[in-house]
Amino acid sequence: MKINNRLKIGIVIVGLFVLGGFILPIFCTVDPSLQGSYMDYAPVSWEHLLGTDALGRDIGWYLVFSIRNSLILGVTVAICTTAIALVVGLSAGFSGGRYDRVMMMINDSFIVIPAFPILIILNSLVKGHASQGAIIAILVLFGWAWSSRTIRSIALSVREREFINMAWFSGCSRPKIIFREVFPHVFSYAVVGFINSILWAINTEASLAVLGLSSVERPTLGAIVYWANTYSAVITEHYIWIGAPILATVLIFLGLFLTSTGYNQYFAERRGHS
Amino acid sequence: MKNFLNYLWQRLLTFFVVLFIGISVLFLLPRLMPSDPIDNYLQRLQGSAGQALTGEQVAEIRKALGEMYGIQGSLIDQYFGYLKRVFVSHDFGPSLAAYPKPVSELINLALPWTFGLMLVSTITAWLLGNLVGLVAGFFHNRKFATVLETLGILIYPIPYYIFAFVLIIFFAFLIPAFPLTFVVMPGPVTFQKIVDIIYNSFLPALTLILVNFGWNVLGMKSLAYSTKEEGYVLYARLKGVKPRRIMYNYVARNAILPQITSLALSLGSIFGGALITEMLFSYPGIGMLMRSAISNGDYNLLYGTITITIVAVAISTLAIDLLYPLFDPRIRHR
Repeated sequence: MKINNRLKIGIVIVGLFVLGGFILPIFCTVDPSLQGSYMDYAPVSWEHLLGTDALGRDIGWYLVFSIRNSLILGVTVAICTTAIALVVGLSAGFSGGRYDRVMMMINDSFIVIPAFPILIILNSLVKGHASQGAIIAILVLFGWAWSSRTIRSIALSVREREFINMAWFSGCSRPKIIFREVFPHVFSYAVVGFINSILWAINTEASLAVLGLSSVERPTLGAIVYWANTYSAVITEHYIWIGAPILATVLIFLGLFLTSTGYNQYFAERRGHS
Repeated sequence: MKNFLNYLWQRLLTFFVVLFIGISVLFLLPRLMPSDPIDNYLQRLQGSAGQALTGEQVAEIRKALGEMYGIQGSLIDQYFGYLKRVFVSHDFGPSLAAYPKPVSELINLALPWTFGLMLVSTITAWLLGNLVGLVAGFFHNRKFATVLETLGILIYPIPYYIFAFVLIIFFAFLIPAFPLTFVVMPGPVTFQKIVDIIYNSFLPALTLILVNFGWNVLGMKSLAYSTKEEGYVLYARLKGVKPRRIMYNYVARNAILPQITSLALSLGSIFGGALITEMLFSYPGIGMLMRSAISNGDYNLLYGTITITIVAVAISTLAIDLLYPLFDPRIRHR
């Protein structure tokens, strides 16, 4: 089976970011979020590959830690949301009937309610020092609904297939049918949902941080843009400070998105062949 | 007709569930917090007053705030009090920063701005995105279709704030054609003022249009592509219907339906994006109001704006869903 280009490019980009984000910090000697470690606005050199910022922090190292922290946040949220989405989607789609209708009503409500303002409330209540856990909890609360909707519709169609009847007549229990017979069909959609959740979680947290509404002391992809914006990096023409995180963010999102659509395509083709 | 009533009933029910969940989360969140918002506020007040308030004064303010937030009585009482304030009296109390202006007045001033920006940018992005997606999906073998789809892929996953910054950098230094922050003088509505408003809203609107454009292109492209393979399209082609007519009357007509549903569902995230964009461009809407509420620690205003956001999204979603039968005659008849 040929792997399509989208998936290839996506995996390469995401792979580079994951490797860079998790291996490079081992070699870092100074905590990059510590202010005044170096000279302010040091130019690009071997010592500081991307220079330093207005608060004497190495931009390159700060960016590396940002990528790592953002990825950790995204993956944590995605694991939880995918688990909830699988439980809700599979049970609703497979059971059908009134249970399905009620669950989908709740599901659609969570899709429609904007999570962003609720995160703003959360952060302002604790004066911008929301713990990572609280942010993750809210992101999970509002993040599961999209993939659950897809999983449910797939489960709904699988339910009508012949082999499910076969399983019923052979005396399989309901949980066994759901996990052994329905789950494999839903798996690829769950993976796509998982990657999209990572993307969404990183994006939402970063948007909060950019506005200074998350705890910006912890380096994340949003926090670095926040600091650059606060110190008017655009007007003072420190383009690397704002340009590097923007480029990194664009690449990481593009990589994740290509992986998710590429994987979707890969699986669609495989389904077509089998 | 029975079908339609059934549809209507379901949508109305969903509408109330959305409101119920949204409002309940807003209600519960501060009560689950380890720190008390009133304590926070009092601390801030004492900090900014420069001198410590006397114990008596603090107790008095605490009582007044408690009444305003409805923190007295049992949790159930509090909840019904909150619902009553949101839906019946529309009263979020006075703004703490712009005392004694009521929060509802500030919101009423800001709401039309957000509404106008959202309406124009969402409709533009939806129409443009779907048109481009339709063409890209219908002619999926052609080179330009790949180019259009790649454009969608490049745009879609990029967050709102990145677009805002890129536009700021681009228009601030390369082509200083549009203002980076919103400046429109108050006064009577004249032709000049309308031009001013459009000119000043250009960059925030462009940010919103770009992001939603990518989303719509990708959605419509895959829908148009799969609709094209349907039996009735093949039949039309064999019957000798012109490709252009097939594209608009056969493919678009059917592929547009899920896009309407998807617009209704994504309205919440579009609204969130609009808030971010408003904050970054200082556009005088709900987002800006929220931002000043946060920096002033104005909890009444913050709660008012966020509640109104959820209500507005719920109503707009309902409106789109109620218009849906206009596009899908299968719901009206049968």
